[in-house]
Amino acid sequence: MARNRGFVVGFAALICAALLSISAAASIRPISDAHRSAALELFVPVDGSFPSLEETYEALRTFQILGVGKTSDISGATCPVVLDKLRSSTSSPKEFFNALRLIGILGCQIGSQTFENVASHLQALIKDADSLMDLYYSVISLLHIKGQGVSAVLSDAEGVFHSIKALSQSDGRWRYDSNNAESSTYAAGIALEALASVVSLADAEVDQSKIGIVKHDIEKLFDSIKSYDDGTLYFDEKHVDGSEYKGPLTTTASVVRGVTAFAAVAGKLNIPGDKMLGLAKFFLSIGVPGSTKDLFHQIDALSCLESNRISIPLILSLPATVLSLTSKDQLKVEVTTVFGSAAPPLTVNLVQASSYDKNTPVLENQELQFDTENNIHYLDILPLKIDVGMYTLEFEISLHDPENLNIYATGGRTNALAFLTGTIKVDKAQIGVFDSDAESAATMQKLDLSQDNRISLAANHLQRMRLTFQLVTPLGHNFKPHQVFLKLRHESKVEHIFALESSARQFKIILDFLGLVEKFYYLSGRYEIELAIGDAAMENSFLRVLGYIDLDLPEPPEKASRPPPQPVDPYSRFGPKPEISHIFRSPEKRPPKELSFAFLALTLVPLVGFLIGLLRLGVNFKGFPSSSVPALFSILFHAGIAAVLLLYGLFWLKLDLFTTLKALGLLGVFLIFVGHRTLSHHASTSAKLKTN
Amino acid sequence: MIVNIVQLTNQFSSSVLDISCEPQVPFSDSGKQELIMAKSNASDAQALVRSLRSAYAATPTNLKIIDLYVVFAIATAIIQVVYMGIVGSFPFNSFLSGVLSCVGTAVLAVCLRIQVNKENKEFKDLPPERAFADFVLCNLVLHLVIMNFLG
Repeated sequence: MARNRGFVVGFAALICAALLSISAAASIRPISDAHRSAALELFVPVDGSFPSLEETYEALRTFQILGVGKTSDISGATCPVVLDKLRSSTSSPKEFFNALRLIGILGCQIGSQTFENVASHLQALIKDADSLMDLYYSVISLLHIKGQGVSAVLSDAEGVFHSIKALSQSDGRWRYDSNNAESSTYAAGIALEALASVVSLADAEVDQSKIGIVKHDIEKLFDSIKSYDDGTLYFDEKHVDGSEYKGPLTTTASVVRGVTAFAAVAGKLNIPGDKMLGLAKFFLSIGVPGSTKDLFHQIDALSCLESNRISIPLILSLPATVLSLTSKDQLKVEVTTVFGSAAPPLTVNLVQASSYDKNTPVLENQELQFDTENNIHYLDILPLKIDVGMYTLEFEISLHDPENLNIYATGGRTNALAFLTGTIKVDKAQIGVFDSDAESAATMQKLDLSQDNRISLAANHLQRMRLTFQLVTPLGHNFKPHQVFLKLRHESKVEHIFALESSARQFKIILDFLGLVEKFYYLSGRYEIELAIGDAAMENSFLRVLGYIDLDLPEPPEKASRPPPQPVDPYSRFGPKPEISHIFRSPEKRPPKELSFAFLALTLVPLVGFLIGLLRLGVNFKGFPSSSVPALFSILFHAGIAAVLLLYGLFWLKLDLFTTLKALGLLGVFLIFVGHRTLSHHASTSAKLKTN
Repeated sequence: MIVNIVQLTNQFSSSVLDISCEPQVPFSDSGKQELIMAKSNASDAQALVRSLRSAYAATPTNLKIIDLYVVFAIATAIIQVVYMGIVGSFPFNSFLSGVLSCVGTAVLAVCLRIQVNKENKEFKDLPPERAFADFVLCNLVLHLVIMNFLG
């Protein structure tokens, strides 16, 4: 029972989750402990260090922003590598960059002499650099050295500024170098960060007009911002092909880094706060990313947004979107920065709450009260007499201090989806069986669906069954849930499901068995009656067995359809089958061996008789030739015949026909030759005898 | 040999006729007559067999050898048929092969006898060695087939 109920509620939750995803209000939450534990799970060092300095920086920077993890275990293995890179004279700008940005976090002990050497090295590299990435790495490295307290000054700041600016395009994007004609949004972020570093490294003030031009470029870059349906904003490349393509997250993070860095040195930028809020929502709507790079970019970009000089986005979120009337929940709203830090003093106003299905407002202009202890805005909804259901809530934030409007971005009206749930009462439930023509005189049994008593009914195919009930919300209104089903299950597990129709007052179903005979496959017997009522806003959704009904249906005619086969226990269907004992052709009965041997001996008896008879006839070898050559041929003739007979014996025992024929051919030729000589000699001698 | 048998049968039938042409004896001698007839029938059969034997003794030795060989072959075939009658014909091919070997070789021997017999005017010009060579060759071919069929 609990499982069925859980299934019904789960199904309802699935519906509302699907609806939530297509609605315009996304349930965004600020960075929370879920991100912290994800960071600890994703960034796992192998043998005390990370595979590369870049990954080390990503891990440590994420830990630093989130306030988790220990850097002491990593520094042991990584500091020597960093030192090695700094001391080497053949390091590229990228290597210096990777090494130097770790120093601040790791706290490696490095002498100022090394820094000065590296600084002079970097100055030389900057002079020779011609690509955006080289300039970026060198300038940022120099900035990190300055951050360590070593004096590092960019001598030709204007020149470097100019060479970076020269690579910009008219739409606000940047090229990677002068040879490459393709521009990239990611490169724009890189370039802005480099320009900001140049300005802060310059010994003399950089020309304000140049800075103004870059501000103009930033505004053009923001014109190319893209948006999703839920109001989040992001940057992406114009062309998504190519090996240089980094996804929207990396590109947006790069632009955010660059723009906030530039705003920090250049003063106020003309970017509306809504855009910053949209970018913040983009990063927060990812949730908890699954890869290290995604997590790093998300956290790093949000840390730039947390305290930037353009506008700090304030996120309005609902910790709980499902409020229960039974447990007297309050509507709670949180307004914080992206990392969950406190917002400046403000008031949250619920401008409108409208029912999701009908879009009619049920609440207007309710001001939420502020709980200073928990930093939460709340509203008591119980006295407001709102019924159960799904609602769209519209909030508006008003800052107390008008000065804060320049600093913070509140984003006008924010939408959120909320469920109000409660216990639904099933009232006036009645069930009964009646004859087709006597509906009004039917005797109905009362059902009490809160208790588990089963009713038993009996009907034949000429009668009908009727079930009626009312559903009442806690506030006493009629309730129409998503699912109201009646299921009849036969003893043979064949099920039939019916949906109940609802009128203004009640739910009713009349089963006319005469029309349903064929649908029921003419199966008579006991049918179990189950009622399922469920909705997302209903706390007591249920699937209850009401009882059973014994149906007496006529016999199925010849051509009636058979009930569908019910699922069989897979182990019985796919389990091992009984062993088949193979019956081979029984061998023929052979006679007993003794009999066979006896007859073998008997067969040889005529041969013996033949030989005895020959002796009695006086057979002799007088006709055998006496002289040597004919004698030889005679011997060979007899030997040849014996050889052929031996060949036949071998043929019977093991040879095959072809071998035998081959041998026979040879022997036959021999035999013919020899036999001819012998017999012709014999013929001539007998002719001589005759004439004599 | 056939001529001898014909001569002997003529003698036998003439002796029977002689007996039947005798004048009728009065009634008291009829029983004696029958006894004499039966006796004479038995003794006539004996006389026939004796004369057959003596006539056969006149045949040349090589023909007697061939006759003996034929008798041997047929006896072997009969024994095989009796065996099959007792145990059933399960490896039928073997049975056929054995019987036909005997019968085949007997037939070839009979052909040899016909060709070698000097009294046979048809094969006067055929040297007996040639007939013997044919006999050997045909026997070898027959036995190749028999061995193949024996299984």
